[in-house]
Amino acid sequence: MRQVVLPVLTVLAAIVVIWYCAAVALNAKWVRDQAARADEQVSFSQLVAATMVQERPVMPAPHQVAQGLWKGLAGQKVTSKRSLVRHGWITFSATMLGFVIGTAAGIALAVGIVHLRSMDMSVMPWAIASQTVPILAIAPMVIVVLASLGIKGLLPKALIAAWLCFFPILVGMVKGLRAPDRMQLDQLRTWNASGGDTFWKLRLPSSMPYFFASLKVGIAAALVGTIVAELPAGATAGLGARLLQGSYYGQTIQIWAALFTAAALAGMLVVAVGVIERVVLKRMGMAQ
Amino acid sequence: MSVLIGSLLFWALATVACWQIAARCAQARWAKMLVPALFGATLLFLWEGIVRGLNVSPVILPAPSQIAARFVDSTDVLWMDFAQTILKGALSGYLIGCTAAVLVAVLIDRSPFLQRGLLPVGNFVAALPIVGIAPILVMWFGFDWHSKAAVVVVMVFFPVLVNMVAGLKETDPLQRDLMATYSASYGQALTKLRLPAAMPFLFNGLKIATTLALIGAIVAEFFGSPTRGMGFRISTAVGQLDMPLVWSEITVAALAGTGFYGLVAAMEKAVTFWHPSQRSDR
Repeated sequence: MRQVVLPVLTVLAAIVVIWYCAAVALNAKWVRDQAARADEQVSFSQLVAATMVQERPVMPAPHQVAQGLWKGLAGQKVTSKRSLVRHGWITFSATMLGFVIGTAAGIALAVGIVHLRSMDMSVMPWAIASQTVPILAIAPMVIVVLASLGIKGLLPKALIAAWLCFFPILVGMVKGLRAPDRMQLDQLRTWNASGGDTFWKLRLPSSMPYFFASLKVGIAAALVGTIVAELPAGATAGLGARLLQGSYYGQTIQIWAALFTAAALAGMLVVAVGVIERVVLKRMGMAQ
Repeated sequence: MSVLIGSLLFWALATVACWQIAARCAQARWAKMLVPALFGATLLFLWEGIVRGLNVSPVILPAPSQIAARFVDSTDVLWMDFAQTILKGALSGYLIGCTAAVLVAVLIDRSPFLQRGLLPVGNFVAALPIVGIAPILVMWFGFDWHSKAAVVVVMVFFPVLVNMVAGLKETDPLQRDLMATYSASYGQALTKLRLPAAMPFLFNGLKIATTLALIGAIVAEFFGSPTRGMGFRISTAVGQLDMPLVWSEITVAALAGTGFYGLVAAMEKAVTFWHPSQRSDR
């Protein structure tokens, strides 16, 4: 553990230092312009101090972002439109709905692909091709079209999220359901096991490690999908909408705060899946 | 109505055909091409049949034939957008980002301390919604393709870095000892043993990065762009309810994405021909 903590902290510290330097470098131009306009000279220390406290900096300093984050998370009522907790919750609920839909679709397709040869041959190449389509890029359009059909609220966003997360789960499950080797399958055959028995007692349990590995990828992808789905103009709630509003009004601190909330949310989701994985695999006697 | 029934009939027939081919000659090379092609064709027919048979408004979902007609009509616009978004934005960003990631991976490979520190951070960042950084980069680098390239650089950097670092660790002690007995220098061992061994991992990262590059370049255009580019065209065409044009852009994106991926996959096949996963025909 200690072997990891120290290097990680060093790297994080280095990132913060680089960040402060970048903030000074990028914000200095505005300070110099202001000073030139007022016919003043700024010393270096004044310059550095001024770059740290701007209202709309090109690059907000870390402590400004932390302040913005704190204000958004704890400084508001949860129901307020400025509360990052509220926006985060909206994004989270759409992500989870999409994640559930995508996982269900991925598992269903994987079961079909493993059991039906014709499905394996016809669906798999298209599932791969579907992922080379930058679907994320047309997500806002899908939202607009669905809205014109009268489908609003969580579902459209969840569909985008589901589309993004079904593929990793499909691939992982196909691999996992095929993980039992010939010996094990032959063993079940000698026991005269039915197809259902083989599935429930051999294929499904042995796919679990693959399943959880792909769940981690899938939930991160679902979050990205939800955030992009919240981008189209008109969306007023969710972390994606916060990003877009921030970019319209030049509120850089707001953008960074929303970005960090999204990052924290992604981290929490992945960690949560990891915890469930550990518990489930332990109960199944598969933990390493 | 007859169109709808016809397409449903075609769908049923094709499904049975797929079934039969898959059951009888699944190993044949032609079957491996024909079955997916047939499946794709049924999807298109079904789409066309449903749109025509049920009189779906083209504002909601245009028929494939309408999209094809619009595509042929507006090739000049589509090419302009393609050049702006894919060639200038995505491709330049992809090259810069991947090169930088490989160089950084080789550099930190010499220091276990940096590796232990950077890998967890890199893994974490690779899972983050990095697209969110697009508005910031658009603000810094302006509306033209430079900002799109910058978004792509940030998006492709971490997946490639993580894969490359993992790839450089791939040699086993026996192989490294062999290099030592040949008294190979660090550079020789790197170019002759460790870089080739890392290639399967590198290409894994490069393939993931192709889709990310297209996504980054198109999504970044939603935050501001000159009056050309695929993301710009999609958002304005949606505003004008010109759905066939939107779908033409999507087709271009899909073709570009598949082509880009296919190109990297072909390069992988040429470079890592020795790897077990490439020696298929078993």
